[in-house]
Amino acid sequence: MSAVADTHAQDDHHHGPAKGITRWLLTTNHKDIGSMYLIFSFTMFLLGGAMAMVIRAELFQPGLQIVEPEFFNQMTTMHGLIMVFGAVMPAFVGLANWMIPLMIGAPDMALPRMNNWSFWLLPCAFLILVSTLFMQGGAPNFGWTFYAPLSTTYGPPSTTFFIFAVHIMGVSSIMGAINVIATILNMRAPGMTLMKMPLFVWTWLITAFLLIAVMPVLAGVVTMMLMDINFGTSFFDASGGGDPVLFQHLFWFFGHPEVYIMILPAFGAISHIIPAFSRKRLFGYASMVYAVGAIALLSFVVWAHHMFTVGIPIAGQLFFMYATMLIAVPTGVKVFNWVATMFRGSLTFEAPMLFAVAFVILFTIGGFSGLMLAIAPADFQYHDTYFVVAHFHYVLVPGAIFGIFASAYFWLPKWTGHMYDETLAKTHFWLSFVGMNLAFFPMHFLGLAGMPRRIPDYALQFADFNMVSSIGAFMFGATQILFLVIVVKCVRGGEKASAKPWDGAEGLEWTVPSPAPYHTFSTPPEVK
Amino acid sequence: MRVHAKRAGVLLGGLMAPALSTADWTLNMSPGVTGTSNDIFSLHMTILWICVVIGVVVFGIMFWSIFAHRKSPDRKPANFHENTLVEILWTIIPLVILVVMAIPATATLVDMYDTTEADVDIKVTGYQWRWKYDYINDDFGYFSNISTSDDEIYNRTEKSENYLLDVDNPMVVPVGAKVRLLLTANDVIHSWWVPEFGIKKDAIPGFINEAWTRVDEPGIYRGQCTELCGVKHGFMPVVVKAVPQDEYDDWVAEQKEAAQRERELTQKDWTMEELMERGEKAYASACASCHQADGSGSPPAFPALKGSQIALEDMDAHLDVVVNGVSGTAMQAFGDQLSEVDLAAVITYERNAWGNDTGEMVTPKEVFEYKNQE
Ligand code: HEM
Ligand SMILES: [Cu+2]
Repeated sequence: MSAVADTHAQDDHHHGPAKGITRWLLTTNHKDIGSMYLIFSFTMFLLGGAMAMVIRAELFQPGLQIVEPEFFNQMTTMHGLIMVFGAVMPAFVGLANWMIPLMIGAPDMALPRMNNWSFWLLPCAFLILVSTLFMQGGAPNFGWTFYAPLSTTYGPPSTTFFIFAVHIMGVSSIMGAINVIATILNMRAPGMTLMKMPLFVWTWLITAFLLIAVMPVLAGVVTMMLMDINFGTSFFDASGGGDPVLFQHLFWFFGHPEVYIMILPAFGAISHIIPAFSRKRLFGYASMVYAVGAIALLSFVVWAHHMFTVGIPIAGQLFFMYATMLIAVPTGVKVFNWVATMFRGSLTFEAPMLFAVAFVILFTIGGFSGLMLAIAPADFQYHDTYFVVAHFHYVLVPGAIFGIFASAYFWLPKWTGHMYDETLAKTHFWLSFVGMNLAFFPMHFLGLAGMPRRIPDYALQFADFNMVSSIGAFMFGATQILFLVIVVKCVRGGEKASAKPWDGAEGLEWTVPSPAPYHTFSTPPEVK
Repeated sequence: MRVHAKRAGVLLGGLMAPALSTADWTLNMSPGVTGTSNDIFSLHMTILWICVVIGVVVFGIMFWSIFAHRKSPDRKPANFHENTLVEILWTIIPLVILVVMAIPATATLVDMYDTTEADVDIKVTGYQWRWKYDYINDDFGYFSNISTSDDEIYNRTEKSENYLLDVDNPMVVPVGAKVRLLLTANDVIHSWWVPEFGIKKDAIPGFINEAWTRVDEPGIYRGQCTELCGVKHGFMPVVVKAVPQDEYDDWVAEQKEAAQRERELTQKDWTMEELMERGEKAYASACASCHQADGSGSPPAFPALKGSQIALEDMDAHLDVVVNGVSGTAMQAFGDQLSEVDLAAVITYERNAWGNDTGEMVTPKEVFEYKNQE
């Protein structure tokens, strides 16, 4: 690879992007591909969000008003799938594409053509997935966890298309992960040892290994479904000698690492943003790296905490309870390190920092409810209620999503060459913050009071908090349009950004001009 | 128990905002009415307080920095960035807290798993979308269907107090006895939950899960299915009536007698009118959730029966579908779920209702013969 980079550097004509649509269809440039991932992700975020609005509108009051239960189930399923696979994961791949080469001083990703291919697979996969809404029998309606046999014997005819879409997404993710690993391991600037790598790079390296380890398991489990549905096998069909619980073991062996796939890159980004706006070095760099490693390893042995009620033997139950409790320790270390970084710094609160601070606080709240869920006997009460819904929205919305917003505001000046509108961005933050808490905090109470998840209608004692939650959700949803406005405005113009617009920021990405030229680091920088 | 829950709710609510402390704004888990549910409640409160304390410390330090360490002209950031001792401490201390927490959790779990020496055994089977309770020591069983009307659900009348949480036949258990539940399912995975007992256990086709409970106070306890099980997942409540032992014994005797009478009905000679009348009820409880009360179904998943080939033509084919189900679809085998009388009634009803005027009937005896041929 470095040989290629060298010849490239000697080219004296500096070619820019191609013109028109072919620039985007055929591009192998990491910045273009990064932008496409980010735009795709935001589009999916709006689509998945629109579905959430349908859900919250139906749940605004007891009784069925707006949609039928069948369509409601399609909405919860599609909302989950689109947010996980369409919004959060591609956003992080987009950030990786843009930032990893800039952070390690590489001219591009290691495998640029594959990079193009892994992006373009995604719109295809989601076109298939979304088209199931218009098929006979409707879209998948069995939840984003698609437990068999509800999704096999009892699934709608469109399930086969859903399976195909998951396969394509998996291929795309695995190729993306291979690319990240190849880039990080081979293309770092001379002098950048592993323990000098920026944390965003570290967390993505570990995330990529997680992806390679678990996406094949997901592919395996959906393939088994495909066989059960179309070719008469009975992997998951008890009446044919199969085992419905096996499905859950396989799914969660993928599913638990998957939740960390959605948060580790955010951990990395936050570990850049907090030091930058505290004007103080990150506290405990090495322990941050080890904590991420520990979380990743532990994430392979906790999957059955999603299955405490399926009746696994007590030894298994205890093992998974202890392992899950253990994972809170490295998670705690990270939070303590962020707080220690802020401590006695010199703090300012521009939009990236606001999102980052909210990230730390609210993610920690999600970690607390995670710890509560880890206590197996208590999980018998929490499981499959709104308490779990509150838990994972606290780790995913102010966790993953706020992490993405923080990163976007942090690096927008580098991407566009302009400063975004700070007042609008702060408005975006505060409305999101209030809306999000209003939407998700009451869900803790609903769950504790006994409201099951995934129901289109509920008993009367749950009415009040559901209404509050819906109002919060509408507020959060509407606010996201503002983000679109801010980004478009920033792309089109605004105050010129300097190479390093944040005085406390560190890293190679701030040594290139803003906007970052189409080709950067054709000659590798020297890292001391 | 509701009193407890409400008291806790009012207390917490009162702390947070007096105006919100009306009964419906329940904030916390209910301690419930069994030993298990009380153990769980105290685990829940312990871990909650641990989280609150850690939260107060961590967020306290953070807010201190946010207010005291803002950038200002005379403020220079400190430049420490590691401290081995502190880092070891904040790894070890949480670990110790967790070990301490794991002890009572383990004890509770061991207790919950001890299903031996039960006084009563009840088999709980999940169906789309109702529960069946079989009192296996006493040879009787029955279905428990939601009794909330569509009119309430679709906002055409006022919603009753136990909206969505009411059934026709609740499970009945004796107070003070150890009741063992054997849970399984007929179609997809369901999950049987009564919050006030602290039991939630999945009902999985092909598996039999065990759980137990001992209810201390007579009363009616309500819960719901908690595993997504299809369209009507939100509409399969669990209701348990806990009654004193002697009342329970009377009830069991009555049920056994009724079951005996039911079995004798198979031998009786039925008229068309009698079958139609019974069929309408059986249809409403067993079939209408998919095929709809007016026989229109909801294609493509659930075909219409009104004017359909199966209901109008060959009787044996009709019997086959109802008794044996259609594998690979949502149509279950009702042969084991319904009595011969109900099977005969339902089939007769389907062939003569909604303008399906075949005029044909099938008797319980014929159904019995059909089921026992070869
Ligand atoms: C301290 C760390 C954490 C612990 C101890 C923890 C524990 C748990 C447990 C025990 C459950 C199962 C609850 C149930 O279904 O009854 C759960 C569910 C879940 N957690 Fe966490 N969690 C942690 C952090 C996270 C993070 C960081 C994420 C993602 C960014 C996450 C995402 C989820 C999701 C998506 C579910 C629900 C999946 C579903 O059933 O649909 N959790 N967590
Ligand atoms: Cu998990």
